[in-house]
Amino acid sequence: MGAVFSKGLRPVATAAAVTTLAGFALVFFYAPLDADQGFVQKIFYVHVPMAIVALGGFVAGGIMAIRHLRTGDSSWDMRSYVAIHLSIILGTGVLITGAIWAKASWGHWWVWDEPVLVSFLIVFLLYCVYYPLRFSIEDPERQARYSSVFAIAAGAFVPINFTAVRLAEAVTHPRVLSQTGGSLPGEMRFTFLVCLLAMVLLFVTLWKLELTSKRASMQLKRLRTRLELRAETAG
Amino acid sequence: MPALPLEEAGKYVAGAYVVFLALIVIYVAIIGAKIARIERQVSELLELTAEDGSVDRAPAGERASVG
Repeated sequence: MGAVFSKGLRPVATAAAVTTLAGFALVFFYAPLDADQGFVQKIFYVHVPMAIVALGGFVAGGIMAIRHLRTGDSSWDMRSYVAIHLSIILGTGVLITGAIWAKASWGHWWVWDEPVLVSFLIVFLLYCVYYPLRFSIEDPERQARYSSVFAIAAGAFVPINFTAVRLAEAVTHPRVLSQTGGSLPGEMRFTFLVCLLAMVLLFVTLWKLELTSKRASMQLKRLRTRLELRAETAG
Repeated sequence: MPALPLEEAGKYVAGAYVVFLALIVIYVAIIGAKIARIERQVSELLELTAEDGSVDRAPAGERASVG
């Protein structure tokens, strides 16, 4: 049961654990202290990769939804749902760690006139609508179809929103990745890339884990229904 | 704003990393509990069907892949 989704779970999980540990070791023992922010800047290595992976997960959810609508294969809808679900969890982490970093750096938990913060909140709240939309529809086929349409529309909004924010002038939030390569020194850049890789691997691991659980749960339901039917016909 | 002293900054950094780890641990615990419940239900169903003799016992490999 769930063999399709759990395939390769163990190596990915191992790689995620090793990379995460390596990333943390680099953050605290290798990356230099930031000249401006000092030790507080260490939050950057967990906050930014989480934000990038969360936004990437939303877009991936949209791409999977396109595949669902094109093929009619409901497993793509399940993949899309799990990707969005995980991205919302990571998004929660982004908002909390971002607030902690903001308080330490700027003295405020939240700054409303900063486009990066507000745009992320808008994307996050947009995706929070996905749950009531999805679970208010009882018919499984309609539920999958409507959810896919939402995932595609919202997934397209993410890069548009990102581009619009990049074009806007930064007020206080720093730009990490730019066409000129940003302003990260070599050690910081390497540490950041390892942390980003760790976050991607963690996302894939958790995505596969939840898909395995969902698939097993669905197969169990089917088995139950079949047994009940058999018992009824036998009785 | 000037950089915070290490003792004060440490609290914020620890807080951020604890939030991240807590999210992952809670998520894995919830999914792990779900998978354990499914495994238990599958075992119960298999026991029931074995008593009835209505369905053959699933191969061991198939049961193991649930988790």
